[in-house]
Amino acid sequence: MLRRTLNRWLGRDERRVDSRSICVGHRSSSNNEAFIPPKFCDNRIVSSKYTVWNFLPKNLFEQFRRIANFYFLIIFLVQVIVDTPTSPVTSGLPLFFVITVTAIKQGYEDWLRHKADNEVNKYPVTVLEQGRRVRKESEKIKVGDVLEVDEDETFPCDLILLQSSRDDDTCFVTTASLDGESNHKTHYTVPDTEKDLESLNATIECEQPQPDLYKFVGRMHIYKADQEPAVRSLGPENLLLKGSTLKNTQTICGVAIYTGMETKMALNYQGKSQKRSAVEKSINAFLLVYLCILVSKALVCTTLKYVWQNKPGQDEPWYNEKTQREKDTNLYLKMFTDFLSFMVLFNFIIPVSMYVTVEMQKFLGSFFITWDKDFFDPEIKEGALVNTSDLNEELGQVEYVFTDKTGTLTQNNMEFIECCIDGFQYKYQDAGTDLDGFCVTDGPANKVQHKAGREKEELFLRALCLCHTVQVKESPEQGQGQRDGLMDQVDGLGVDGEGLHPPPQEQRGFIASSPDEVALVKGAMRYGFTFLGFESKTMKILTRDNDVERYELLHVLNFDPVRRRMSVIVRSKSGDTLLFCKGADSSIFPRVRQEEVERIRMNVERNATEGYRTLCVAYKYLNAEEYAQADAGLREARLALQDREEKLMAVYNQVETGMSLIGATAVEDRLQEEAAETMEALQGAGMKVWVLTGDKMETAKSTCYACRLFQRNTELLELTVRTLEDGGRRREERLHELLVEYHKKAVQDAPPVKAGVTRAWSSANHDYGFIIDGATLSMVLNSSSESNSSRYKNLFLQICQNCTSVLCCRMAPLQKAQIVKMVKNSKGSPITLSIGDGANDVSMILEAHVGIGIKGKEGRQAVRNSDYAIPKLKHLKKLLLAHGHLYYVRIAHLVQYFFYKNLCFILPQFLYQFFCGYSQQPLYDAAYLTMYNICFTSMPILAYSLLEQHICMEVLLDNATLYRGIAKNGMLRWGPFFYWTLLGVFHGLLFFFGVRYLFGNPALQDNGQVFGNWSYGTIVFTVLVFTVTLKLALDTRHWTWINHFVIWGSLAFYVFFSFFWGGIIWPFLKQQRLYFVFANMLSSVSAWLVIILLILLSLLPEILLVVFRKPRGPHAGQITPVTPLTYKHLKDRQ
Amino acid sequence: MVKEEKEIANRPDNTAFTQQRLPAWQPMLSAGIVIPGFVLIGLAFIGIGVALFVTSRSITVLEIDYTGIEKDSACFKCSNTDVKNCVCNLVFSIDSLFEGPVFFYYGLSNYFQNYRKYAASRDDEQLSGDLDAFTAPSDSCSPYDYNSNDKPIVPCGAIANSMFNDTFVLYRVVNGANKLVPLDGKGIAWWTDYNVKFRNPSVTPLKNAFNNTVKPIFWPNPAYQLDASDPANNGFINQDFLVWMRRAALPDFRKLYRRIADGEYAKGLPAGNYSLTIAYNYPVQSFDGRKKVVFSNVSWMGGKNEFLGIAYLVVGSLCVLMSIVMLIVYAKFKFPEED
Repeated sequence: MLRRTLNRWLGRDERRVDSRSICVGHRSSSNNEAFIPPKFCDNRIVSSKYTVWNFLPKNLFEQFRRIANFYFLIIFLVQVIVDTPTSPVTSGLPLFFVITVTAIKQGYEDWLRHKADNEVNKYPVTVLEQGRRVRKESEKIKVGDVLEVDEDETFPCDLILLQSSRDDDTCFVTTASLDGESNHKTHYTVPDTEKDLESLNATIECEQPQPDLYKFVGRMHIYKADQEPAVRSLGPENLLLKGSTLKNTQTICGVAIYTGMETKMALNYQGKSQKRSAVEKSINAFLLVYLCILVSKALVCTTLKYVWQNKPGQDEPWYNEKTQREKDTNLYLKMFTDFLSFMVLFNFIIPVSMYVTVEMQKFLGSFFITWDKDFFDPEIKEGALVNTSDLNEELGQVEYVFTDKTGTLTQNNMEFIECCIDGFQYKYQDAGTDLDGFCVTDGPANKVQHKAGREKEELFLRALCLCHTVQVKESPEQGQGQRDGLMDQVDGLGVDGEGLHPPPQEQRGFIASSPDEVALVKGAMRYGFTFLGFESKTMKILTRDNDVERYELLHVLNFDPVRRRMSVIVRSKSGDTLLFCKGADSSIFPRVRQEEVERIRMNVERNATEGYRTLCVAYKYLNAEEYAQADAGLREARLALQDREEKLMAVYNQVETGMSLIGATAVEDRLQEEAAETMEALQGAGMKVWVLTGDKMETAKSTCYACRLFQRNTELLELTVRTLEDGGRRREERLHELLVEYHKKAVQDAPPVKAGVTRAWSSANHDYGFIIDGATLSMVLNSSSESNSSRYKNLFLQICQNCTSVLCCRMAPLQKAQIVKMVKNSKGSPITLSIGDGANDVSMILEAHVGIGIKGKEGRQAVRNSDYAIPKLKHLKKLLLAHGHLYYVRIAHLVQYFFYKNLCFILPQFLYQFFCGYSQQPLYDAAYLTMYNICFTSMPILAYSLLEQHICMEVLLDNATLYRGIAKNGMLRWGPFFYWTLLGVFHGLLFFFGVRYLFGNPALQDNGQVFGNWSYGTIVFTVLVFTVTLKLALDTRHWTWINHFVIWGSLAFYVFFSFFWGGIIWPFLKQQRLYFVFANMLSSVSAWLVIILLILLSLLPEILLVVFRKPRGPHAGQITPVTPLTYKHLKDRQ
Repeated sequence: MVKEEKEIANRPDNTAFTQQRLPAWQPMLSAGIVIPGFVLIGLAFIGIGVALFVTSRSITVLEIDYTGIEKDSACFKCSNTDVKNCVCNLVFSIDSLFEGPVFFYYGLSNYFQNYRKYAASRDDEQLSGDLDAFTAPSDSCSPYDYNSNDKPIVPCGAIANSMFNDTFVLYRVVNGANKLVPLDGKGIAWWTDYNVKFRNPSVTPLKNAFNNTVKPIFWPNPAYQLDASDPANNGFINQDFLVWMRRAALPDFRKLYRRIADGEYAKGLPAGNYSLTIAYNYPVQSFDGRKKVVFSNVSWMGGKNEFLGIAYLVVGSLCVLMSIVMLIVYAKFKFPEED
């Protein structure tokens, strides 16, 4: 980090900030003026945080930045400096324990990172130096080095491709480890570089490293003897990224341009912002309350001390004279030290070990998600993935679910369903049912002509075959022979009357970045046009007449989500230059002739309502002049160093005009397994499901119906461009009108719905669904006038919150995040969850409280940025309803219990001050003070917080409504907190005064001997340890052997420890306070009786409450686990 | 083959623990368990409570304040701190046989043995007979560690220094004559204190161990002369000293002084008049303290303590009451959980 900043700073000194120049192979050109090679960082990847030397100070510094740790450090220091009642050990030891545990955990994680770093940094690479091949370690690579990389090796740094072993100057790579896209991507060598790299004399000028994987601009100057330097533009297609793997290519050579921490991969791995869970916020709030209690306790004691000392004879009785130093101390200083002493005495009320226990609980608890075999998907052979364990409990608190449609609700497994050519509908049907493979179903009704003309058909199919970026997978065993075979198998269109053979080409491997393209190419294949692949810039297709046609690929106008279309410019053998374009209807229709649109629009819309993805296909002829213009424009834009994107976009828009529409396609995207059931369960659990998709409204709406997010009786409130244009008035006005109208309908007229009652209960009520599209949303959010904007936003939010489901279509990725953010920051700050599978969902996954990635087909970017990743949508149900619910209940109980147990631990010590002249005398021995939180009461609650299932998982999954019981942080609100606090106060009072009245006569043994103050403290402490442990036992609903072991084990350990601690004269202790105190206590019947009495008396009210609070109502029977789990049941279930 | 292995490697273990399906006992507190449970607990508590209450009632306690603040008090003359070596006589009568063994306690009130500084003001190493600690007492003893001539005080510290030094002699008045009641000073301190925790230095005679040290300022005699009558009861294992060193938990406390268990008094103190001669040395007026003597016999539960018995009775009856309430509630709701 520092190195990079330093580099950047140095770089600023030497040259312009926004570009860097590199000498290929470190050969500076002679005709270049004295060139000082700028310094770049080396190729070492450092993802580790610490080294052996700085681990201790750095880690300690980071740990003490946490407010709680810092607080305990301060307490510890006060104890060391000021004369305080308890020794520094009592708070130092727990702090040391906590710090050590955390340090070990972080150290281990860093060690793993070091190991991974070393693996990368020591990887051997081949560098070409003065014509020799030199093996080097990867970390020694410098910018400008020419590297040789073999097939299946990963690139050690970002390279510009100079030479490839393939004839067509391309190479294939997969970027699976970068963005998860496993398809092969083609990269190109810099055009016109010399074959002999030895003599290549060139410099590269390129932008400074930036994290966007898909953006790169640069320029290469090639110097040849006696010639003007040639300039070549460099783009992302020339750049090989570190982390991607070379495929299908024997060897390549490239020059390193970004190394080490400046590679795009390293820039992308810079950590995400930390998400904090709502529970953590609750903890902090409670902590504040306890801090107030602590301070007020100390203040009360200090005040009373000085009031009490004012009485004659109390300040310094003859038997307890002060030292001279004490007498000399300033009164106010004395007061202050007394205050500090009381703080130290009561500081245990803030549970030091809670943080470490919470952390441990989260860390260990998250394993249950990865271990869950229900999340294992046999298809991808992977289970769930937990990227952060900090948010486990948040899974039990979700109120809003934002889901992507494609790949999340649907499978993103595209299948070509039908197409429409020139207004006629063609539906593909299975072989055998119809002789016509390509049969016409009810096209434009009752037309005499049932089919479009043959030319149109063929043009359409050619367009499908050509307008894509699909590649044919080359497999070694399938060679020329297979292609010959193919020819025989390919059928013509149904018009020829030939029977249709089952299409064997299905197994032909196509690789593409989007599954739609594969579906389209496969669809074309079924109708007889087969795409055979590239042959150095030439696309080969097999027509249905078994002719191989060749087209020279001139330009690819890439797809991007803004344009929502892509085009290719090809030249046929006959010399015609054609542009084929395919894209979303909304982006194609304005660019073609209107009369053509009308014929096709109906089909497109019908397909969309059926839930299919539709694409329109258009073409145009380019005459030589037009082509020359377009070609020049494209080349110029591609060469631009600045604003290349914008310039390209402008040229694209210019070229893609005046096209003629040929037809449209419909591709089906099937619903995910159990998508509807999952959505229903989520809604039953009181979550509001919003679908955010980039898809068109009709498609998205039909998916919503299929997923049962909208139902028949759902009244849809639509706020889209279409409805806005209805009234024929200005959009702004109409927007205002509609918003107000809907608001009236959904918010004002709706009966006040209490949280927790939904449609399952209130089917009589009206049910609303809301639909909005991207354009309208941006109007709502960015309204022209300030006041309107916030007002609209409010109206919009209120409407949405009163609808059961909301569908936002035509969303850009950023708009998705905007919506999530808006809901997240709305009133009551509800917990949001985003689920998605593609790169376009990353922004909303990062924005939401919990981000869930689906290990789908659109690459791994969503998974990498998510907090949790699951293989399938259906797993979300168990993740939230079972795991989330349990985690929340566990951690909430853990937090409350921790505060409770420390309150009733310290309260008797506070009360004792009233009986010892406010002299800060501790009630318990130092060993007990220290061990209480670390040993005696820590394990049972940890076991509880890992294993508890107050309701068993099956029941939780069957009754989604149970999820509402804990909604809105139900167990950590102030009500339950006060209940626990009261319980702690009650117990504390009981412990202290119970023993206090017993000690009215301290002769508690049958031999008449009396007990002293340590016996008093030990009795209280014994009652305390037993009560808090048994209280937990009472709360435990799920007793596994582990619970039994730790609960009874802790109590046994306490007894054993007390015997041991009091059984020996400890050689290094100054005071043998507890010598035989515990054993003596046990020899007194009265002590036994009071212990039993107090424990029972503390627990009885709880038992009563449990009995009286027993759930009643329709679901009571299901909630109560009727049969205890036995081995037999276990077998049955498996 | 490789694929299968990969699948196996990735597939989560199907064990009861990882799948959160460990066999578990899931107790439910239902009325069927709680009501009989409450009745049982309640009855048991009432039983114990009755036993405690009866036992406590059977314990006789005789408590006499002898601070001497009131004018009519026998020790009024001694309450003036100017009077040295004051002796006063306390006369009392017992109506019926005071069953033995009788324990003789002294009590102090508004006396804070649990003061933090006071509590820490001792040197356990010294008290365990460590001669090094004799010459250099622990800092915690300050200001009772060295006298004004910088001689180490043994035993050092505020606790030892403030040892209770009133002495009592009990007479039974038989026909106008005082008959000495023998008081047994053995076994009044904890056995472990006497035998393990406190040790005299192994120097004979004991006096030599105390060379170059001074007695605590408040003490009339050095540690090796605490009990003139019994040479074995001197130094740090003097029983009165041990009793004093075990600090009381609360500001109103009593400490065991003697047992009356010898000879004819083994069965108890017969009815009659008694006279207690008190050597009044210990000043308490300066801090509004009180001094008293307590005669008491003990039972299996220790000294008289009504609290425990009453508490058990109350809790026991509450349990029974609650179970009745629950029974009514559940009868009304027809035991919903059994539907």
